[in-house]
Amino acid sequence: MAPAPASTTSPITLHINDEKHHLSVDHRTTLLDALRERLDLTGTKKGCDQGQCGACTVLLDRRRVVSCLTLAVAAEGREITTIEGIADGDDLHPVQQAFLDLDGYQCGYCTPGQICSAIAVIEEHAAGWPSAVTDDVRPETPPLPLTPDEIRERMSGNLCRCGAYVSIVQAVARGAEAHEEARTAAVEEAAA
Amino acid sequence: MTTTTPGPRALRGAVGTAHTRVEGRDKVTGAARYAGEIPFAELAHGWLVLSTVTRGSIRTIDTAPVLGMPGVLTVLHHGNAPRLHTDYIGMLGTPPDPASAVFQDDRVPFAGWPVALVVAETPEQAREAAEALVVMYDEEPHDTVLVADDPAAYAAAGHMPAETGKGDLEAELAASAVVLDEEYTTPEEQHSMMEPHAATARWDGGRLEVVDSNQGTTWVQSELATMFSLDASSVRVRSEHIGGGFGSKGLRAHQVSAVMAATALHRPVRVVMTRRQTFSLAGYRSPTTQRVRLGADPDGRLRALEHRSLNQTSTVYEFVEPSAGVARVMYDADAHRTANRVVRLDVPSPTWMRAPGEAPGSFAIEAALDELAERTGLDPIELRLRNEPDAGPVSGLPFSSRNLAACFREGARRFGWADRDPRPGVRREGRRLLGTGTAAASFGAGAGPSTALVTAEADGSFTVRIAAADIGTGARTALTLIAADALETVPERVRVRIGDSDFGPAMIAGGSMGTRSWAWAITAAAAELRERLAVTRTIPPEGITVRSDTTEALRALAQKERHSFGAQFAEVAVDVDTGEVRVLRMLGIFAAGRIVNPLTARNQLVGGMTWGISMALHEEAVRDRNTGRHYAPDLAGYHVATHADVPAVEADWVDDHDPDDPVGIKGVGEIGIVGAAAAVANAVWHATGVRHRNLPIRPDRILAASASASASASDRAGTGTAPADGGSADA
Amino acid sequence: MREFDYRRAHDVTGAVALLAADPEARFLGGGTNLVDLMKAGVERPGRLVDVRELPLDRIEPTADGGLRIGATVTNSDLAAHPEVRRRYPALTQAVLAGASGQLRNMATIGGNLLQRTRCGYFSDVSSPCNKRVPGSGCPAMAGEHHNHAVLGASDHCVATHPSDMGVPLTAFDAQVAYESPDGPGEVPLTDLYLPVGDTPHRETTLPPGALITHIGLPAAPVAARSRYRKVRERASFAFAIGSVAAALDIEDGRVREARLALGAVASRPWRARAAESVLTGAPATGATFAAAADAELAAARPLPDNGYKVTLMRNLVVSVLTELAEGDLR
Repeated sequence: MAPAPASTTSPITLHINDEKHHLSVDHRTTLLDALRERLDLTGTKKGCDQGQCGACTVLLDRRRVVSCLTLAVAAEGREITTIEGIADGDDLHPVQQAFLDLDGYQCGYCTPGQICSAIAVIEEHAAGWPSAVTDDVRPETPPLPLTPDEIRERMSGNLCRCGAYVSIVQAVARGAEAHEEARTAAVEEAAA
Repeated sequence: MTTTTPGPRALRGAVGTAHTRVEGRDKVTGAARYAGEIPFAELAHGWLVLSTVTRGSIRTIDTAPVLGMPGVLTVLHHGNAPRLHTDYIGMLGTPPDPASAVFQDDRVPFAGWPVALVVAETPEQAREAAEALVVMYDEEPHDTVLVADDPAAYAAAGHMPAETGKGDLEAELAASAVVLDEEYTTPEEQHSMMEPHAATARWDGGRLEVVDSNQGTTWVQSELATMFSLDASSVRVRSEHIGGGFGSKGLRAHQVSAVMAATALHRPVRVVMTRRQTFSLAGYRSPTTQRVRLGADPDGRLRALEHRSLNQTSTVYEFVEPSAGVARVMYDADAHRTANRVVRLDVPSPTWMRAPGEAPGSFAIEAALDELAERTGLDPIELRLRNEPDAGPVSGLPFSSRNLAACFREGARRFGWADRDPRPGVRREGRRLLGTGTAAASFGAGAGPSTALVTAEADGSFTVRIAAADIGTGARTALTLIAADALETVPERVRVRIGDSDFGPAMIAGGSMGTRSWAWAITAAAAELRERLAVTRTIPPEGITVRSDTTEALRALAQKERHSFGAQFAEVAVDVDTGEVRVLRMLGIFAAGRIVNPLTARNQLVGGMTWGISMALHEEAVRDRNTGRHYAPDLAGYHVATHADVPAVEADWVDDHDPDDPVGIKGVGEIGIVGAAAAVANAVWHATGVRHRNLPIRPDRILAASASASASASDRAGTGTAPADGGSADA
Repeated sequence: MREFDYRRAHDVTGAVALLAADPEARFLGGGTNLVDLMKAGVERPGRLVDVRELPLDRIEPTADGGLRIGATVTNSDLAAHPEVRRRYPALTQAVLAGASGQLRNMATIGGNLLQRTRCGYFSDVSSPCNKRVPGSGCPAMAGEHHNHAVLGASDHCVATHPSDMGVPLTAFDAQVAYESPDGPGEVPLTDLYLPVGDTPHRETTLPPGALITHIGLPAAPVAARSRYRKVRERASFAFAIGSVAAALDIEDGRVREARLALGAVASRPWRARAAESVLTGAPATGATFAAAADAELAAARPLPDNGYKVTLMRNLVVSVLTELAEGDLR
C-alpha cells in the first residue's frame, strides 16, 4: 500500500467530557491549545507549556496527563476529561467541594490542574500504586493510608506558586475521605 | 421604585469570621476566565521575539521571509512601531521601564530584550514565524556579574532614603564586647506566578480595551494612556481573575505590543508571554550582596548596627531592592547606619517581588542576629527582646502598634522553644541532623489613594465597584465582608465588582496595601450611603450611588511607624550524606492588624512562609557567567518549592489593634515571607553548626561547607564562625 | 515549531517503514521529551510516527525468571507492576522518583532510555552545544555545570543522562531489543550508549531508523533486595544531582553478589563495575563500601563547580549499601 501523502493538518474527533468535538487541527496543536483556543474549554490552564508545572493536567482515559505535551491529533480516540467535566451538573465533585471549603487555592490558576491531579491521585492510591515515599514497594505490603506525606509526593507535579500547598493537601485528604465514603455507600447499597 | 425598608440585618459582623471565596465555585469548576481566555472574534496572536545577545544593537531584522509564512499578518519592530511617550512619572511614582515601552530604538541593553512582535492568525503560526525571524546584531562587551565591591555602585533611593545614619559607628564597634562583620547574599529570584502575562488589546468604538492580567487596572490604564498619548477616558483595562502577580504584573511588553498590533491591524490581538520569556520580561528580584556589622555589649544590647545592601539594576532602569530598610524599623543602636546601593549591569530590569527589600534584607539581618546570639551566648529570642526599640530607630516616630514581643512569646510557647538545646550540631536522627531556628519579621502597613462606588440597588442589595485586583489574595471576598459590615447587611446581599479601570482610580494589589486601601474607600462610601439612605424614602430603579475618594483622608493620617510584625520558627533536617535540607515544620505568629477573613488570611500567611522555604532552599535563577544569559530559564531549571517540600506550615496571629487607624487592616500579603528564610537558615546552623550566608542552601553548598568545616575545624575552634577561606559556606 | 506530518503506527514493521520513508521523521512515544524539544526548536521533525498504539504494552515473565517489558509500557504501569515490585524493587523506586505522576502516565519505557539530556545549553538553540550542533562548542565547561557529569565525560560534552529508570536497569543487566529496517537486534543496555568522545551528538549504538521494542530483564535474585536513592535540589519533581541503584546479596557477612549503578554523573546510566569487583567477596562492612565507592570514583574528573558530586556519590553509595546490608529495604 502506498503511503498517504504528507499532510500537516488532520480532521479529528475528540471525546471530551462525554461530548464529541469534530475539528481540523494543525498537527502542532497541543491538546491544551485545542481545548483553550479551539473549543473554548479554558478551564485547563497554561502555566509553562513545557510539562513542568501541572496546570494543564487533564484525564486521558481516566489517567492524569499534562495536556501541553500531548498533541491533539494523538489524543484522538481517547476519553478526555477536563475540569469542566468533573462536577455532576450543579453538584460539585467532593474534591472540588473540599478545595472550595478548605481554601485549597489562592489565585486559582493551578487549581483545575490540582483538582484533576487529586482525583487521579485518589484513584491511583486506591489501585494500590506505591509512590516515591512509600516505605516498602513490594506488592505483598498491605495497602497504606493516603497520609499527608503520600499526598504531597503524589501531588508534586502540580506547582502552586501562591504557596497554598498546606490547604490543598487538606482538601485532597478530605476529598479522598469523601470518595471512600461514597464508595463504601455504593458497595452497601449494591449489597442491600 | 422601592421603599427603603431595611434588609436583613447582620446579627454579627462578617469581618473576622471565615468565609469561602465568593468566586470559589468558578475557580474549582474552571469557569473563572483569566486574561488569555476571553474569546474575541477575529482574534490574532502575537509572539514576542527577544534578543539573543546581551548588549549591542540591532543591525537588521529580515521580515520579508517571515511575512511570507502561512498566516503571518505583520511583524512589529523598532523600524515600524509607533513612537511612544515615555518621559513621564507614573501613578506609583516611577518612570516606565523601557523594557515595557517596546520597539523604540535599535539598542539592546540585555539578553531577552523585546526586539519584535510577530502576529499571525494562529498561535502555532505566530510561534513558528517568530522563531524563524532572523535578527542580526552588532554585539558589544557586557557585564552581568554582581560583585560586592563594584566601583560603579552608587547609593540610590527608590521608595525610601538611600542612606540613613546616626552616631559614630567605628567608635561604637571598637567599644563593643562582641563584634560581627559578615556578608550575606541572595540570588536572582523569579516571581514565577502560575499564569504568565497575557493581554488582549482591541479598539471598540473609538475606545481602546485591554483585557489583561495585572495588579491594578487603573495603573495599567494610566500608563497605557500616557504612553500612547490617549485620553485616559478612552482606555479601558479589565482584569477579572489574575493567576498570581507577586509584584510582576504591571505594565509590561505584552500589553504595549498588543496595543501596537491591534492598532496596526484593526483587530483584536492577544500577546501571551511564554514561561521562558517571563524570565527577562516580567521583572525579578535582584540578587543582593549585603554586609552587616553589629557591635554589642556582653548583655546583647546593640551599640552599633550597620546594614549595607547592593543590588543590580539594568542600564535603562533603576530599581532599588531596599534590603537595608529592615533595620530602620527593627533594631536600634547608638550608632546606626544603613545604605541601599545599586549597580547598573547589562541585565533585565528587576522589580518589586513579594516583600521587596524585607525578604532579602530580613535574611541578612535576622541571620546576623542569630550569629550575635550565638556569640553572646544569649537565646535568639531574648537577644531580640532586649533590643526592642521604643520608637522608630531612624524616624524617631512612635509605632502605631508593635506586638513583636507578643508574637515571640506565643510562637515560642506553641513551637516548644523553651526546651531547645542551644548547642549546634548535636541532634542526630539516623543520617539526619536536626535543628530549629527563629527570626523576626516586619512589613510596612501603608495605603494608597482609592476611589470606590457603592450603590444601594432598588431590590435592597448593594453593589460595590472598585478597581481592586484579586491576585489570589482573597480581596474580592474580604471586600465583600468589609462592605457588608459597613452597610450593616449580610455578605450575601453585597456584590463586589473589581478589576475594571472604569470604576475609577484605586490602589494596586501591592505592598500589602491593597485590601487596606480599598477597604478604606469602600467603608467611606458605605458610611455616606447609609447617611443618604437614612433620609431617603425610596430607591430609584438605577439605585443610589455614592463615590468616595480617600486621597484627603490618607493625607490626614498621623505620621507614625505603621507595620505588621511576626515571629518565624522552623525545624529542619539536614542529611549529612547528601546535603539535602528538609523543613520538618514551621510556625509563624503575626501581629498584622485586623484580620478580615481568617480562612484566606491564614492561607496567604502560610503562602508567604512557603515562599520563605523556597527562598531558603531552592530558588536561584542562574545566569551564564560568560554570555550573561539565563541558564535553563524554566520551571525545571528554576526550582520553586513543590508540595513535597512544604510540611505542616502553620500561621496564626495575636491581637493587634491600632487605635487611630480608621481601617485597622495592615495587610498579610508579604509579612509571611519576611524572616522565613532566615528562620530556616538559622535552623540549618543549629542542625549542623555551619553558617550558610548564601542562599539558596543547596545540597552542593551543604556538602562543600561540611567538608571544609571538618577540614578546618581546628582553625575554627573558639570563634564559632565558619572560616572565611574559599572552602567556607560563603564562598 | 515547524509543521509536520503525523502517522499513527499499528504494527512494528509498519512503524519502522513509516519512519524510513521520511529522513526527517521521529518516533513519538509519550511525547514528554520530544514535544518539549520541538517547542524549544531543538527537534524539528518533518514527520511524527506515533508508536503508542503498537502492541508493545505488556510486561511478561520470561521462562528464565526474568521480565520482558514492552517499549510502550508507561512508566506508571512499569512501576506499579507486581512482578517489578517483587523482583526489582529498585526499578519501581527509580521510576517513581522520576518526573511527576502526570509525566509517568505518559512516558514510555523506550522513550525514557532515549530521552535527551536536560543540559540547559542543549535545550537553548541560541547557545552553542556540541551535542546539538557538532563542533559549535560546549559552554558548560566554563559556564554553568554544577549538575554536569563527573564520569566518562570529555572536553566536548559534560552533559548527563537524566533517566532514573535507566540506573537500576543498567544495574540489572537489561537488554534492549529493537526492530530496524535491517531487521531485529538486541544490545545490552550498558552498550546502548556511545562514549562521549568527540562525537557527543552521536548518542546510541542503535542502527538508523531503529525502534526499541522491548527491554529484557534477566533473572536476578539479588535484585529482590535492591534499593534506589535519588538526591535532588527539592524533595520531588526534579532531576537528580546524583542517584544510586544497588543490590546486595550477603552471606555469612560477606558480599556474594553486588549490583551498583550511578545516575546523574555521566552521559549514560553508569554501571559501577569497579565498585562491584571490590564488593564481591569482601566483608559487608562500611570500610568495604567506602573502598568500593572510591574505586569507582577514582576515575572522576570534576569541573570547578561539580566536585561536590564526588563527595555526594561516595556518601550515597556507602549509605545505600549500608542500608541494604542492615536489611533496611526502605
